[in-house]
Amino acid sequence: MSGWPDVARVAELLSVDPDGLGGVRLRGRPGPHRRRVLEWVRERLAPEAPFRRLPAHVTEDRLLGGLALAETLRSGRAVMEQGVLARSDGGLLVVAMAERAEREVVAHLCAALDRGAITVERDGMSAEASCRVGLIALDEGIDEEHVDPALADRLAFALDLDALDPRGGAAPEHGPEEVARARARLPHVSLGDDIIAALSEAAQALGVEALRPLLLAAKAARAHAALLGRTRVEEEDAGMAARLVLGPRATRAPSAEPEEAAEREAEEGDPDPGGAGAAAAGERADGADEAPPGEVPLGDLVLAAAESGIPAGLLDALDVGTTRRAGATGRSGATRIGPSGGRPAGTRAAPPTRGQRLNVVETLRAAAPWQRLRGGGFGAGVRVRPEDFRVTRHRQPIESCVIFAVDASGSAALRRLAEAKGAVERVLGDCYVRRDHVALVAFRQDGAELLLPPTRSLARVRRSLAALAGGGATPLAAGIDAAHRLALDARGRGREPIVVVMTDGRANVTRDGRRDPAVATTDALESARGLQRAAVPTLFLDTAPRPRRRARELAEAMDARYLPLPYLDAAGISRHVQALAREGAR
Amino acid sequence: MTPYPFTAIVAQDELKLALQIATVDRSIGGVLAFGDRGTGKSTTIRALARLLPPMRVVASCPYHCDPADARARCPHCAEAAGEREAIETPVPVVDLPLGATEDRVVGALDLEAALTRGERRFSPGLLAAAHRGFLYIDEVNLLPDHLVDLLLDVAASGENVVEREGLSVRHPARFVLIGSGNPEEGELRPQLLDRFGLSLEVRTPDEVATRVEVVKRRMRYDQDPEAFAAAWAEDEAALIVRLRDARARLPEVAVSDAVIERASRLCQALGTDGLRGELTLIRAARAAASLDAQREVADVHLAQVAPLALRHRLRRAPLDDVGSGARVQKAVEDVLGG
Repeated sequence: MSGWPDVARVAELLSVDPDGLGGVRLRGRPGPHRRRVLEWVRERLAPEAPFRRLPAHVTEDRLLGGLALAETLRSGRAVMEQGVLARSDGGLLVVAMAERAEREVVAHLCAALDRGAITVERDGMSAEASCRVGLIALDEGIDEEHVDPALADRLAFALDLDALDPRGGAAPEHGPEEVARARARLPHVSLGDDIIAALSEAAQALGVEALRPLLLAAKAARAHAALLGRTRVEEEDAGMAARLVLGPRATRAPSAEPEEAAEREAEEGDPDPGGAGAAAAGERADGADEAPPGEVPLGDLVLAAAESGIPAGLLDALDVGTTRRAGATGRSGATRIGPSGGRPAGTRAAPPTRGQRLNVVETLRAAAPWQRLRGGGFGAGVRVRPEDFRVTRHRQPIESCVIFAVDASGSAALRRLAEAKGAVERVLGDCYVRRDHVALVAFRQDGAELLLPPTRSLARVRRSLAALAGGGATPLAAGIDAAHRLALDARGRGREPIVVVMTDGRANVTRDGRRDPAVATTDALESARGLQRAAVPTLFLDTAPRPRRRARELAEAMDARYLPLPYLDAAGISRHVQALAREGAR
Repeated sequence: MTPYPFTAIVAQDELKLALQIATVDRSIGGVLAFGDRGTGKSTTIRALARLLPPMRVVASCPYHCDPADARARCPHCAEAAGEREAIETPVPVVDLPLGATEDRVVGALDLEAALTRGERRFSPGLLAAAHRGFLYIDEVNLLPDHLVDLLLDVAASGENVVEREGLSVRHPARFVLIGSGNPEEGELRPQLLDRFGLSLEVRTPDEVATRVEVVKRRMRYDQDPEAFAAAWAEDEAALIVRLRDARARLPEVAVSDAVIERASRLCQALGTDGLRGELTLIRAARAAASLDAQREVADVHLAQVAPLALRHRLRRAPLDDVGSGARVQKAVEDVLGG
């Protein structure tokens, strides 16, 4: 899906009801296509509606507003400044590099979308501002990097610009005047229960359980009706809403309800499988609509439309048992939790020298009591002396990120996978208590797969481990490389990476995916040396029942601590990981 | 903006019950609501503000002191002795935004007074604003640990002590802490879990009729919040009365020894640590009985509140996937059912 006609339609709908629909996630590299889409939306918005851009690394005070420093100093009294969110009230905010947004920024954006208002509690100020805004989240993420799921969940649409025909395609059918009329019509558009029920059934059939997507689909259907000059939502509107809002969120194919279908078949006693399918679908829509017999029920039409909106490849990934779930697919959790600069631990009096950040508010507070004596204060500006300077002290917690690279291939898995899982669980449990991040890469068959991006969520760990299947060939080099990349990424985010490799060391798939044990072993050694050059603390757990020389050589190549698993229990492994974490931190 | 009416919220019975218990017995220790995204946790909790009867406060006192309470002397009322004119004001529900700085939470030197008049004055923070009301933290699991520690400390002691910038202030800060969050985005430290009185898991309704109703009501509200609120005014009024009566009745609700004994057997069966679980269980059951217009706690009340009061106090392995709520339910059946 995501052809140009869909993109054009999303641009129109978004300009009909920007804050109601929450917005759109635009995935793709910057370029003429993206500019074109942004332009489509901008020229259709109401003339007075703001259309602002939020820079990638916006600070919280710019986002929410705070103390206006220059004004405060000039006037001698605290002056509040509006943030970008409040100034975007009634319009759209373009969030640049949304996939990299700090967790706090994401939380503020979500709160603004939920409440249509923002509360500012900063710098000794308190204020509430209206903020009915829609977002265009520009997502330039590669691979596993995604816009935070909490934010993506609140945006009605998601478009993948890279999947579009690069030569371009259809432009919006409705011009700014028509969209303006649609905006005026929107409050008068009615929406029947049958339509909502059909949308709800389609959502559930696709495994979209949450209520927010359903609400967004209902709003999209209304906006679509308004756009097409109707005052009542019809089938076509619901179909388009299902295609644009529900399809991209699918977590399963609608046919994946075997027990239900079988049940219905038995009830109806219809031996013809084709007929049973149709009858079952008809019954599902019963009571929800009054379609006369012989016509295709509304529920089916909407579901079919929603299915047409499922992006190619989304469900393939589901079928092979990966943990990709549309609702929960996080971008690498690495950037989502907190700033890595350590938490502020108060301030201290010191001139702001290299690397120290002047805390302006605290400095002003320090200067304030002396203003009379110094002849400053009201109207005369604030006299700040060097002894007033305050800098923020940060306590730098040593956050680590433990990356597991688990051999799930036939040679290792069948015998040891259960034990490996036990060890991973134990280590994860201990990491969780210390609030470290953990990530999980599994390698088998053709390559390595990131089962769990760095996270602190136990719920996600549980799911990933449950989904960890065993069997197949051993692409050891690919597994080590994947762990290596994750380690560098963690370092880039200010965390201390620790790699735990669990394998029996018997590689038989080369780096380029060929079956060749000899080359595969050389490749694995080369990857191991790469890891060693990166100086990442590494633990090598030999999962072979009788430890062999080959695994030990690999461990030496990566300069890892070598431990044969048969002599260790889960608690012992966890102790070793923690010891390594302490060493790495020094 | 007009908040969404509490009585118009579809399903979410456990959350609604927990919040009502917390309004009837404010010493219950707060409510923690964890669960799926987009289930209207925040809406439900914000709707609470509508339910609370106005409280009498000392006019101009930033800490909302109760004029009838001679002991609770905040810095303001201690200075302005005698001037204790009373006014009525709604019970505060204070939002703690995720980006709030520590000075805004605990209070700090009043910058304006200091700059313009050279006065050293304390500017009360969110903790003062929440006194006698509710402090709501969305995404409590994402709040920096040091702030969560601070909040739980103040919530437990009922007092905020500030020592900074040459200021030395202590003032009462008794509030009901309400936290919500989504476990997919990071869990709350286990040490903090059992410091909340009640906890619950919020789930998405899966019946089509319920889901249709949720969407319909929400769209009507979004279109015209005032008209929507007006349509529910009668239900809201009835609930306000019910809550007021339940609060007044609470001290008279009796707890028999038999009920206490069964509560303690329930806790034993579940292996909860310490006495806090038992106390909370009995208190919550008492509040539930009062909401039920009963003058004596019965087993049905214990059963009703047991999951709320106990599910977060069970010992469990970090990766234990068995729902704690289900374990409590089973123990309830074993202890009370037979």
